[in-house]
Amino acid sequence: MISSSFDYARATSLDDAIKRLGAAGGAAKLVAGGHSLVPLMKLRLSEPQALIDIARIKALSNISELDGHIEIGATAVHHAVATSKLLRRQCPGVADAAGEIGDPQVRNRGTLGGSLAHADPAADYPAVMLAVDAEIHLKGPKGWRMVRADGFFQGLFTVDLAPDEIIAGVRFAPAPVSAYAKLRQRASHYAIVGVAAALQVNDGTIQSARVGLTGAGAHAVRLSSVERALAGQPLTDAVIASAAGHAGAEVTHLNADIHASEDYRRAMIPVFTRRALEGAMRRA
Amino acid sequence: MPQISITVNGKVRKARVEPRLLLVHFLREQLLLTGTHVGCDTSQCGACTVLIDGRSAKSCTIFAVQASGSKVTTIEGLATDGALHPLQEGFWEEHGLQCGYCTPGMILSAVNLLKDTPRPTERQIREGIAGNFCRCTGYQHIVNAIQHAAKKGLPKRAKRARRTPKAAASAATGGR
Amino acid sequence: MAAIPVLPKLVGERVKRREDPRLIQGRATYVDDITIAGMKHLVFKRSDIAHGRIRSIDTTAAEAMDGVDAVFTGAEIAEFLPPMPIGTPFPSPPHHSVAVDVVRYVGDPVAVVVARDRYAAKDAADAIVVEYDALPAVVDLERAMTGQPAVIHADFPNNLAVALVPGGTGVDGAMNVDDTAVDKAFAEADVVISQRMMNHRLVPNAIEPRGVVAHYEPGKESMTIWSSTQNPHILRSMIAALNGLGQHQVRAIAPEVGGGFGSKINIYGEDYVASAISKRLGEPVKWIEERSEAFVATTHGRDILGYVELAAKQDGTVLGLRLRLIADIGAYNMLLTAAIPTLTMLMVSGTYRIPAIRATITEVFTNKTPTDAYRGAGRPEATYFVERAMDMLASKLNMDPAELRRRNFIQPAEFPFATQMGAVYDSGDYDKALTAALKLADWDRLKAERDAAKAEGRLVGLGLAMYVEVCGLGPSSSLPTGGWEHSQVTIERDGRISATTGASPHGQGNETTFAQMLADQFGVPIEHVTILHGDTGVVKQGIGTFGSRSQAVGGAALHMAGGKVKTKMARFAAAMLEAHEDDLVFENGTIAVKGAPASGKSFADVAAFAYVPVPLPAGLEPGLSEEAFFEPSNNTYPFGCHISMLEIDRETGEPTLLKLVAVDDAGNLINPMIVEGQIHGGLAQGIGQAMVEEAVYGDDGQLLTGSFMDYAIPRATDFPRFELGATVTPTPVNPLGAKGVGEAGTLGSTPCIVAAAVDALSGFGVTHIDMMLRPEKLWRIIQGGQS
Repeated sequence: MISSSFDYARATSLDDAIKRLGAAGGAAKLVAGGHSLVPLMKLRLSEPQALIDIARIKALSNISELDGHIEIGATAVHHAVATSKLLRRQCPGVADAAGEIGDPQVRNRGTLGGSLAHADPAADYPAVMLAVDAEIHLKGPKGWRMVRADGFFQGLFTVDLAPDEIIAGVRFAPAPVSAYAKLRQRASHYAIVGVAAALQVNDGTIQSARVGLTGAGAHAVRLSSVERALAGQPLTDAVIASAAGHAGAEVTHLNADIHASEDYRRAMIPVFTRRALEGAMRRA
Repeated sequence: MPQISITVNGKVRKARVEPRLLLVHFLREQLLLTGTHVGCDTSQCGACTVLIDGRSAKSCTIFAVQASGSKVTTIEGLATDGALHPLQEGFWEEHGLQCGYCTPGMILSAVNLLKDTPRPTERQIREGIAGNFCRCTGYQHIVNAIQHAAKKGLPKRAKRARRTPKAAASAATGGR
Repeated sequence: MAAIPVLPKLVGERVKRREDPRLIQGRATYVDDITIAGMKHLVFKRSDIAHGRIRSIDTTAAEAMDGVDAVFTGAEIAEFLPPMPIGTPFPSPPHHSVAVDVVRYVGDPVAVVVARDRYAAKDAADAIVVEYDALPAVVDLERAMTGQPAVIHADFPNNLAVALVPGGTGVDGAMNVDDTAVDKAFAEADVVISQRMMNHRLVPNAIEPRGVVAHYEPGKESMTIWSSTQNPHILRSMIAALNGLGQHQVRAIAPEVGGGFGSKINIYGEDYVASAISKRLGEPVKWIEERSEAFVATTHGRDILGYVELAAKQDGTVLGLRLRLIADIGAYNMLLTAAIPTLTMLMVSGTYRIPAIRATITEVFTNKTPTDAYRGAGRPEATYFVERAMDMLASKLNMDPAELRRRNFIQPAEFPFATQMGAVYDSGDYDKALTAALKLADWDRLKAERDAAKAEGRLVGLGLAMYVEVCGLGPSSSLPTGGWEHSQVTIERDGRISATTGASPHGQGNETTFAQMLADQFGVPIEHVTILHGDTGVVKQGIGTFGSRSQAVGGAALHMAGGKVKTKMARFAAAMLEAHEDDLVFENGTIAVKGAPASGKSFADVAAFAYVPVPLPAGLEPGLSEEAFFEPSNNTYPFGCHISMLEIDRETGEPTLLKLVAVDDAGNLINPMIVEGQIHGGLAQGIGQAMVEEAVYGDDGQLLTGSFMDYAIPRATDFPRFELGATVTPTPVNPLGAKGVGEAGTLGSTPCIVAAAVDALSGFGVTHIDMMLRPEKLWRIIQGGQS
């Protein structure tokens, strides 16, 4: 498999990348790890006229805590996220999800920003971004823009990102009581169903819950009815089981393929919702 | 065509390449380092695994231009000063290969694994090579080979246990 | 004279592989590593529909592209390349290397580009525009047999490639069928098991895709062809034939070959096209398969439907077996396609004394990639059908599966044993293998563990399967190429040994095992022995590597040639020592009179004398080089017992293999380490079939599992640590007593895993589950049943 021809340039800074992206007038694509884009280019399903490489913009790969919030740069690779001590402590669900992506080599190259921009319906990250209520920080020629994960994933491979904008990073509050659980498609290791859960727990009571679902439909969504069923309840197995029991009932369109029918996917949503919640509970 | 400069197995290699040239093709066809293999086209099989700046990566999913400025280690660069790398030794000792096609990538993934986890459990070994397909061995002897190397520890460049054996001249070639 | 160092015996030892140093250092040469100055690259344009008439092919844009030398359509190729021959006696429709008028499967080539490099060739192939008049895709096997929705080949009504060939009890040489005995067995039965079973389609997926470099040199009128093949000598014959050359004008080389598993036995259209284009252009050309091509362009395996009926007495004695086999062979007959299901038929008696068997085969064309040999090739299917039926019988009789099998085993004293299918099993002790496996697995404890797990609500099951395989193929009557193997052993002038073998390996380790044998035979260090293979310019004759024949046939030929040269060398040594040749021993690098090692001559001195024999001993020619063709009198029949323990996730249906125990009897072993590797690999592919691998076609004939994203290759994380044991029952068929072991792992593992899954789900009323064990399938059983 060999890609079509294209021009290549390396951006020296975020602003340089934005300038180049603008100059290309929609014909260029950004590349960092390339693990979403390069396979598509090799299949010639994506044929950009130019690639702008942002992998070496240092500031974009940081994982840090600032003013009580966690920030992950767009070019942070999955391996860095999965093994970050900060994230393991403050947002283990995010690290879990990163560690479930692909395989070791993919995790060494693939990036958070690439995964979010590509928005594969079976990608792992979108579910946790919903669960931690991440702000996705974008920059374009007109400056910065912030979108909440909730509004970012809009459809199949479709996100709220203009062609001249770049994902610079994500920001979210610590979510130490969080986890990710996934049913793997056994060939690709993508998610047939993946559920991320983040709980705010005070004195054994769930103050609030956020649950993100990936793999099941055209794009990742929140499981609001599960969230509502948990809020204000004591954190117990019974509460979790009950809240998870009807998870996904509101999801109208479910994917179906040779690996999992619509029925099976639907049935797996409560199972993995419960498993994600149980995983989170173990961290409370 | 952009100029690239990649340090491959310790040697700076400069070239002008088409941006779409895959790193694996640059290594194989321009540098003639044919130990890195291509086994699939969807970034799954891991036969093309090399180390980029010390970490395992699938060289079929990276354009050579992206690797410019990086240090790349291929299977040809793993033995140091005539001594086999402990993983190469382990694969030989424990019959960790049959047809040998997945072996270079498998070994480089194992290098990455042992760097992160010097004393891995069997489960960690199996997860560490989950990005590499082997169709011949059922993986058991590969796991043994990695355990063998883990027991010995990664080289500190000083260990020179064994001279590199000469590659037996293949009777069945003649193309190059 | 200094003390002579004692050389250890190597046969039977875990000798480290001599192949490995080049492989672990990236210094081996696979076909894609070969570069010849001026070499052009080929890329094929392939059909993206399953069935259709080619309306037009527009190559103008492609031909005009930078770096493109030529573009050939199928019709143009057909002007200088005849259709592909096959190796079976069944009628076969014409099969062009590149489709001429009709495409019959997704991946069928329609044109080929010749260009400066693979990038340019790929761009040009993309620019070829093909228009088709689509025809209905024939996908469903049993519908295909009624000629619906289309007939794929005009001369094959109802898509029947092979129509209802009978075999077994009461079938005579003219295929007249007398069903009396079989009908009687079923009439007298207390219990009858009846089950439809699908042994589904697999994609072999050697990690090295196929590839070929062809170099015709007009000045020399000779062709050199490198191909990733299991059998360079067959390649040479066929490349010569289709290019109008003599075999002496073609040199075929199998360089390092990255796995085959049966899929590299065939001589493929791409091999023929590369050779023909090189001859036509007078330039070297290379074609390297991409993985996405390999999924559709390299033969698939299995895909045999079996209707199985088993008749038995209440005490478990099996009285009769009926088996109707229907094979989905895809769009064309390839080299051995039609023969594979005949191996299934041959082996359906399994390890059992079944007094009456009626089997039939029907082979059906569909719009899919052609099938052919895939590791096991027909025998895993046979094992699967008979073992599943035995399990169902055990379950119905409420009998331990081991006990039921024991009651029906062919007994050691009955060998050689002729089955109702015409196989003559050479040797066996099935109870010994079963007993060893039960002991190694600790069967009773496993049963207790399973019961305890089930009591906790876990879905844990146990499975057991016996197998017997036909290996060491075979007498020349059974193979169109001849079934012998060839070797030449040369003692060089310095006493070093070069030996050739026609058994061309691709991971089997012949360079090591064969050197072990010669080192022992001549009493010399293994470092003094080199095994040459895979090059018809070096290896005079050969058949190749398939059907677990390397050791049983190739090794036997090597042993014979070694024996011949040893006899001659002894005569030279006898002349030097003034001794009788029968009194000489070869050991520790010397040839000496028995009991007087110090008086001997060094091996190298005797070799030197043989090449400068002054005086020449009477009746001898100078030199030490002898060849042998070994013709086996029969196939070999290795056997074994596999046991598995499996757990199914009650909520998701995901199966996890907890344990796999394999006791295999391959006769005498040359290198147990290499044998273990072969068994592990076979197990991996058998478990792969049972648990994760399946080629799935859509109703439109598209392969839905056309990449590793959808077709799962088992990963290291999918397996537990295998537990291996062995029994040794040598074969009388060859002087080594070795039976062959390459495919064995695929036979027992699949039925024993399915048996474990059925056992795990026994509470839901299932008695059989078709492979593969897709989580959703198991989940549905769990949802549908009560427990």
